[in-house]
Amino acid sequence: MLETLQAVWGSIPELLQIVLKIVVIVVPIMLSVAYLTLAERKVIGYIQVRIGPNRVGPRGLLQPIADGLKLVLKEIIVPTNANRFLFILGPIVALAPALAAWAVIPFDETLVLANVDAGLLYILAMTSLGVYGIIIAGWASNSKYAFLGALRSAAQVVSYEIAMGFALVGVLIAAGSLNLREIVLAQQGSFLHWYWLPLLPLFLVYFISGVAETNRAPFDVAEGESEIVAGFHVEYSGMTFGLFFLAEYANMILVSALVAIMFLGGWLSPFEGIPVLGEALAWVPSIFWLLAKISVFLFLFLWFRATFPRYRYDQIMRLGWKIFIPITIVWLLVVGAAVLAQIGPWFD
Amino acid sequence: MEQIIFYVFAAILVASSILVITVRNPVHAVLFLVLAFFTSAAVWLLLEVEFLAITLVLVYVGAVMVLFLFVVMMLDINIAVLREGFIRYLPLGIGVALIVVIEMAVAVGPKYFGLEHFAEPVRHMADYSNTKELGRILYTVYVYPFEIAAAILLVAIIAAIALTLRRRPQTKYQNVTEQVMTRRDDRLRIIKMEAEKKEG
Amino acid sequence: MSSMTFEMPNFALALPEIFVLSMACLILLIDLFLSDRNRVLTYLMSQATLVGAAILTVGLHSGEPQLTFGGSFISDTMGDVLKVFIYLVTAVVFLYSREYLRVRQLFTGEYFVLGLFGVLGMMVMVSAHSFLTIYLGLELLSLSLYAMVALQRDSVTATEAAMKYFVLGSLASGMLLYGLSMFYGVTGSLDIAEVGAYLKQLPGDNNIVLAFGVVFVVVGLAFKLGAVPFHMWVPDVYHGAPTSVTLYIGTAPKIAAFAMLMRLLVEGLGGLHVQWQDMLILLAIVSMAVGNIIAIAQGNIKRMLAYSTIAHVGFLLLGVLTGTANGYSSAMFYIIVYAIMALGGFGMIMLLSRAGFESDRIDDFKGLNDRSPWFAFIMLILMISMAGVPVSVGFWAKLAVLQAVVRADMTWLAVVAVIFSVIGAYYYLRIVKVMYFDKAEETAPLASSFDMRVAMSANGLAVFALGVYPSALTALCAAALK
Repeated sequence: MLETLQAVWGSIPELLQIVLKIVVIVVPIMLSVAYLTLAERKVIGYIQVRIGPNRVGPRGLLQPIADGLKLVLKEIIVPTNANRFLFILGPIVALAPALAAWAVIPFDETLVLANVDAGLLYILAMTSLGVYGIIIAGWASNSKYAFLGALRSAAQVVSYEIAMGFALVGVLIAAGSLNLREIVLAQQGSFLHWYWLPLLPLFLVYFISGVAETNRAPFDVAEGESEIVAGFHVEYSGMTFGLFFLAEYANMILVSALVAIMFLGGWLSPFEGIPVLGEALAWVPSIFWLLAKISVFLFLFLWFRATFPRYRYDQIMRLGWKIFIPITIVWLLVVGAAVLAQIGPWFD
Repeated sequence: MEQIIFYVFAAILVASSILVITVRNPVHAVLFLVLAFFTSAAVWLLLEVEFLAITLVLVYVGAVMVLFLFVVMMLDINIAVLREGFIRYLPLGIGVALIVVIEMAVAVGPKYFGLEHFAEPVRHMADYSNTKELGRILYTVYVYPFEIAAAILLVAIIAAIALTLRRRPQTKYQNVTEQVMTRRDDRLRIIKMEAEKKEG
Repeated sequence: MSSMTFEMPNFALALPEIFVLSMACLILLIDLFLSDRNRVLTYLMSQATLVGAAILTVGLHSGEPQLTFGGSFISDTMGDVLKVFIYLVTAVVFLYSREYLRVRQLFTGEYFVLGLFGVLGMMVMVSAHSFLTIYLGLELLSLSLYAMVALQRDSVTATEAAMKYFVLGSLASGMLLYGLSMFYGVTGSLDIAEVGAYLKQLPGDNNIVLAFGVVFVVVGLAFKLGAVPFHMWVPDVYHGAPTSVTLYIGTAPKIAAFAMLMRLLVEGLGGLHVQWQDMLILLAIVSMAVGNIIAIAQGNIKRMLAYSTIAHVGFLLLGVLTGTANGYSSAMFYIIVYAIMALGGFGMIMLLSRAGFESDRIDDFKGLNDRSPWFAFIMLILMISMAGVPVSVGFWAKLAVLQAVVRADMTWLAVVAVIFSVIGAYYYLRIVKVMYFDKAEETAPLASSFDMRVAMSANGLAVFALGVYPSALTALCAAALK
């Protein structure tokens, strides 16, 4: 059975193989995005003592499908004085990098689309591109609010990218590799070997910067409903708006996955190295642990949104430049010293 | 296959570079520049220098050009004024450009820099890490120029801050530290009040 | 540099550079916490840095050329001598600037920090032994200078000058870099000694890539030196920048520029001497002509000194283009002497200025003799020396260069140089005439500080003493280029 499958797989042309692999990754992500929106409404609903959507399908489970259908069917309105080409290009540019970054994410020890040597750099490059979608959309809309949103977003994303980059440099120093698979393998041992412990400040900075980078609450000044209506996507409707929506949630999943991989041992089991429990749970497929970790961080994203009021713009900038960047730089020195001194159990 | 890919990317690169300087709208020009950077990164990838390629995208596309776009979007450039004198200086400009192009074609042409003058680069093994090699050589052989470059960047930071940061006396600033350090008790006083007696 | 084996660099040789860099960073940090009242501490630390660097450079001097950092750094006598003069000149610049900046609310830490980074850039250029390091040192210096010119934010002329300087300077860097890349393409090396050796053994046929490269390198250098026809930025920058910055630009960087000429053209491209000699002859003649003639028409003394700089650069090129050790040492002597004279010239403008009064017009020097006979006398020495009147140090410097030119069988060139020097003498002596024979328009007493007066007097007397007894410095320059 397995051999015939392999034979069939081998007979497919290489290009088609790659396309199939991409489809296998993208489709589940898109489904997750759809259900993440439902999860968001449910979670925030319960936090605010409401029920959330429960009409479409059993317990509201078909709600995302209905939402998607609605967005697809709605008319795409292009404002009169907008730059037509860029207006349509904006949402596409926003979504593309969020999906492209998944190419190097290892789901378990062997399951990765492209085992790129400089994977970490690739991730950093891709996450830094998402902002173009927002800027292009804001500018091409030819609208004041959209433009303000684009400006806010550009400044914010560039600022937080620095802290994010430095946090990743910490991971790089600790693991001694840019390859995401090797970074995970370097954290083997037990959950105390994971990098969240030696890189605790970087871990926090990275996750918070990730929240800022995805323009999520409490850093969602680019949208800022109460001040600039909906910011950069105020003029969008129908599927063009839907793409922005997809991009935002796909980015959330991506950031969660990255945090899990770089600081929480990726697909490694949290019970590894614990005498009885470790062996008892060894049968669980390792991809399950990665998905579980991603889910925890996604829940945090939703929890933040329900809890924190929006930051004021100057406070966002202050947090990024005056707090996060110094913290990361100082901790880089600490990590460097620790690696040189070969402090166990992480760096020996 | 690789050649086809190369020519496709090279064509896009050249076309977008030309468009950078010919399109009227500055925002479009910046976006074409982004495209040019992107395709040159792709060409570099074909040469197996993944570190430089990704760094180009990361630094130039991801950060520098975002700021560029940020500034250009806010400019209200009157193109008609910029074009004034364009026709007048055109003949001279074309003349100079032609001479330079011919000279360069002679100097940098295949006679001296043709493929046959250089050995074909060695294909590296799969475990060869371009990033590691670059890092090794930067911090050993080229450490001195590398550190000077760092000093140059520091000077750039100092210059940028010295030229832009100035406190205007009439502007009001928020003291963020004070705001952050505020506790509930500084702002809020909870008072227990006796309920008023019903009159009459 | 092409070899992959790595040898631990000898950091001790670069100790002065490391010291200046560390101190500049330290001063930057400390300055952040100083109140305006205590800012003088920044100034004192900057001076201490220069003194420390001088002690290190002299202490580490060994006489033998030594390479380190994979051949990109050289420590030799020429480098050490030039470095010590750079420290000295910069220290005097800082001293002159203190009062000037304080009065104009420009007394910020950035001026001194950028000044120190500029010094670092000059040091890197002086002891560079690779195209890459030369270029990086030049950029470090240039970037500091652009920023220093622009520091006076509210002045329109300063901002304009900074823009011009920046745009033209970047263009020049691009040219230089393009030329250097040609040499890298042909020789496959960035190391100056390797390129030099390759070009020396090259057969006589004219390789067009090399010719192309030489043109670009010389154009780039001419831009940076301010030689005609690439001089357009010089008068505007000298005029537009605050006088303290003009003083900085006009003095120490010239010494570094000489070092760059030596390292690039002589040591690196020595094999192509025939090609660049012709270009330098042209540049030198035009620079002396344009500089000296246009200077006559200037009413602003900063602009006048700017054109005088252009003319002096022409003389510097004369010395270098001879291609003989004698010519190089005379050019070195010339540039050091010029730096000291220019210190005095621009320093005098600052000495006479006060808040709200720049004293940068020639008319402002009218009747200086009545106001202060001593400083009129100092200015007299400086102007006579710049003009090259016999038995002043400027005369010895010009004489040394002319002798070298004649010895290289280019007597006609020496004659041309003399003619333009005679023309140039006119505008220097005009200042003397204005000081001694005109009636003062400005009668307010001099408002400069004590240390400024002392330093200014010392500066003038040093020029005087060098005129009487130039042989020590000539011997030093000759020894440095042995």
